[in-house]
Amino acid sequence: MSCHDRILLDDWHAVADLEQLKSGAHLKTELFERVLKVSIQPNGMPAVTLCAEGRDLPVQVKYGFVWTSLGTPDRGIIDIPEALEADRYLVSGGSFPVKVSGLRVVENFLDMGHFPFVHTGWLGEEPHTEVAPYQVELTSDDEIIATECFFHQPVASPTADGGIEVEYKYRVYRPYIVALYKTNPLYPDRMDYIVLFIQPVGPESCVVHNMLCYIKEGMSEPDIRWFMQLIFAQDKPILENQIPRRLPLDPRAETPIRADKVAILYRRWLRDHDVNYGAIPAA
Amino acid sequence: MTTDLQSNWYPIASSSDLPKRHVYQAQLLGREFAVWRADDGYVNVWENRCLHRGVRLSIGINNGTELRCQYHGWRYANRTAGCTYIPAHPADAPARTICNNTYPAQEAYGLVWAGELAVGELPAIDGFESATVLRPVPIMAPQKMVNQALLGYAWDDTCESAENSDGSVTITATDGSAVRVFVQPVDSNHSVARALYNRKVAGEERIALLKRHSWLMQELRDRTETQAARQETPAPYEPVIAKVSEDLVDIPAISVDGRKADLRVQVARKEMTADGIASLRLEAIKDQLPTFQPGAHIDVHLPNGLVRQYSVTNGPGETDHYTIGVKREPDSRGGSVAIHDTVGEGDVLAISAPRNNFPLRRDAVHTIFIAGGIGVTPLIAMARALNAQGLEFEFHYFVQSDDHVAFKRELSEFEGALNIHKGQSPKETGETLTEVLANPGYARHVYICGPGPMLEATRQIAADKGWADEAVHFEYFKNTTELDDSNSFEIDLARSAMTLTVPAGKSILDVLRENGINMSSSCEQGACGTCRCGVIEGDVIHQDVYLSDGEKAEGRSIMTCVSRAASNRLILDI
Ligand code: FES
Ligand SMILES: [Fe+2]
Repeated sequence: MSCHDRILLDDWHAVADLEQLKSGAHLKTELFERVLKVSIQPNGMPAVTLCAEGRDLPVQVKYGFVWTSLGTPDRGIIDIPEALEADRYLVSGGSFPVKVSGLRVVENFLDMGHFPFVHTGWLGEEPHTEVAPYQVELTSDDEIIATECFFHQPVASPTADGGIEVEYKYRVYRPYIVALYKTNPLYPDRMDYIVLFIQPVGPESCVVHNMLCYIKEGMSEPDIRWFMQLIFAQDKPILENQIPRRLPLDPRAETPIRADKVAILYRRWLRDHDVNYGAIPAA
Repeated sequence: MTTDLQSNWYPIASSSDLPKRHVYQAQLLGREFAVWRADDGYVNVWENRCLHRGVRLSIGINNGTELRCQYHGWRYANRTAGCTYIPAHPADAPARTICNNTYPAQEAYGLVWAGELAVGELPAIDGFESATVLRPVPIMAPQKMVNQALLGYAWDDTCESAENSDGSVTITATDGSAVRVFVQPVDSNHSVARALYNRKVAGEERIALLKRHSWLMQELRDRTETQAARQETPAPYEPVIAKVSEDLVDIPAISVDGRKADLRVQVARKEMTADGIASLRLEAIKDQLPTFQPGAHIDVHLPNGLVRQYSVTNGPGETDHYTIGVKREPDSRGGSVAIHDTVGEGDVLAISAPRNNFPLRRDAVHTIFIAGGIGVTPLIAMARALNAQGLEFEFHYFVQSDDHVAFKRELSEFEGALNIHKGQSPKETGETLTEVLANPGYARHVYICGPGPMLEATRQIAADKGWADEAVHFEYFKNTTELDDSNSFEIDLARSAMTLTVPAGKSILDVLRENGINMSSSCEQGACGTCRCGVIEGDVIHQDVYLSDGEKAEGRSIMTCVSRAASNRLILDI
């Protein structure tokens, strides 16, 4: 199965972490089942070649990642102004291969209900399992935003009493790009955030590149990276045990509940945009 | 498309694959199963897929009574595979239709048998009543080819083989020893040979037997796989995964079901559990009883035409019966007397499916149960659910005397959490409750069930002690309010675009029904919440005991069986 979704082919996709690439000089990867070679040229700039045709693809470097496109991009790479603020760490949290559709990964990222069960002791803890009602909207820029998402989170510190309510905000920029904002414990008016740039390797496999954007104070880079890897390692076995691996867009394929409001909109949005790669289209 | 293959029984696991609290992953004709044994011995064979987000249930947790999905913790009941709890929405009862696919299963001859569409009983396997299960051998070849190869299987010169009508192959030697091999079609090119030896052997002899056949079977496997590799590999089966029911497509609302008594149950046991209280164990006559949740009740239709509600006392996973408790109330209209005096073991009763108006949150750090008299029944089911999950609670039970303590065996499960308060006067009860309710707090909840006055008193004490409305849950069995139905008013039905007049002496519910609008109800005295309806505009005179004071003040819903309009007109959301 190859990709026929124009909206995806003509978009930019992150295919390599620049730092990682520099240490290895070149790597082979796949985008929409097409094999790519990503390498560093003598001038230090990365190049991306479509192996089967020996053709060079357009390249950009942004947010510490190498981006490319198989088609003719008619819009730029997403713009994240906060990433450029001087007092933030911009850390790549690593690139994780997962044997499941990238769309399933997006949905998992938008989901608070699994915190107490999958990220026990870190992002949630039984019996505090309730997902309170939150707001979801489709913006005029055609992005999905979920706000007022509160969740009870355990705190490891001995002084904290029974955990705190953490506020999240979610944002789906593009079918395979999703971000999460989380209140910074030191600056209640500013948010840390994590963006996933998901590389659709095949309809049932992907590489999740993630960019972490944390306010420097009170945080160390290795800690952030370690935390992200821990969380991701907990999600991976769940993701790889979802049947089917592709995201079903038929409303009767799975059972949504109120807590899945944002996922319901995401699936509908994918349907409306005719995004079928990584999905099982509704009949 | 139904094929013969689908209607056959196949072994899909050995009994030994299902140790206590384990979930085994099996596969038949390309379809994955989650196979698990509950603590009561029942073997469940389910679609290996959580209805919520498709996660394999074989990575879930078998707690002995329910299977819990790893992703969001949904719980599915033993036998019924009905969802009993959705942790993301602890205050809601899951819609009853959330039910996983189950497949016919049987455990016999040391093997677990299943078939996608198998019907009836597994045919007897004569001569293997006391057999030894040999080691299963996976073979990457189509089932037919393996069967063919088995016809040449032999462990000595006297062996003769024959194919049975069910497709299995029996190999017999002249000394009377025999092996019968069943080939499980895992997928179109993947089989497992599962064999029985017709004698029970143990110790050294068993090890020798297993070794010998493993070795022979591996030879057969190698030969068959080589043969299969020479052929074109058949396309894998593509099992169709059934869609979820239509009503779950949108975020499910509170389920509305009518007053239907579509189940027939038999009174399997009736005994006195306390002075004046009978316990009845009701079992299905055929088919599986629907899933219940702790706090649920059933309508029981009595021989004398009366309908009564009784709470189910079952613990999680006890899905082969419902047990209810019935108090003899001589001055009542005769419902309980009929059960006490005329219903006996073996009798058949018509009941409704369980309905849950009293859902239990399981996200509390501490739960307090307060029961008075027969009000203990729903709370028993709730406390048993929390107990099974290891969640903290205390259980207070107010009774006249020791003779009035019902369900002693079930209560003994609660051990240190149980406090029985005997023979207290209303004043003493109030004092005890003041102590019990001294500490409201974050994620602490109270559940009350008992006679009206006690319930009122408890709610009042809880309010005085600072418990939030949302933390105090109760179920009235009776509405003792003096009902006033003397006014007349109009109702506008927003969705059906109708205007109707409710005259004095009739309820909104009566008028709706007269006009052909199907509204569910159960107790018809403002106690059960079944006939609840949304109010879009207008003021309500609430005469029910179901809504909380907060909900009454909000005025956004009405119990159509007893409550009325305070204004000239109500706009209802029907
Ligand atoms: S996928 Fe099973 S509970 Fe959500
Ligand atoms: Fe997660």
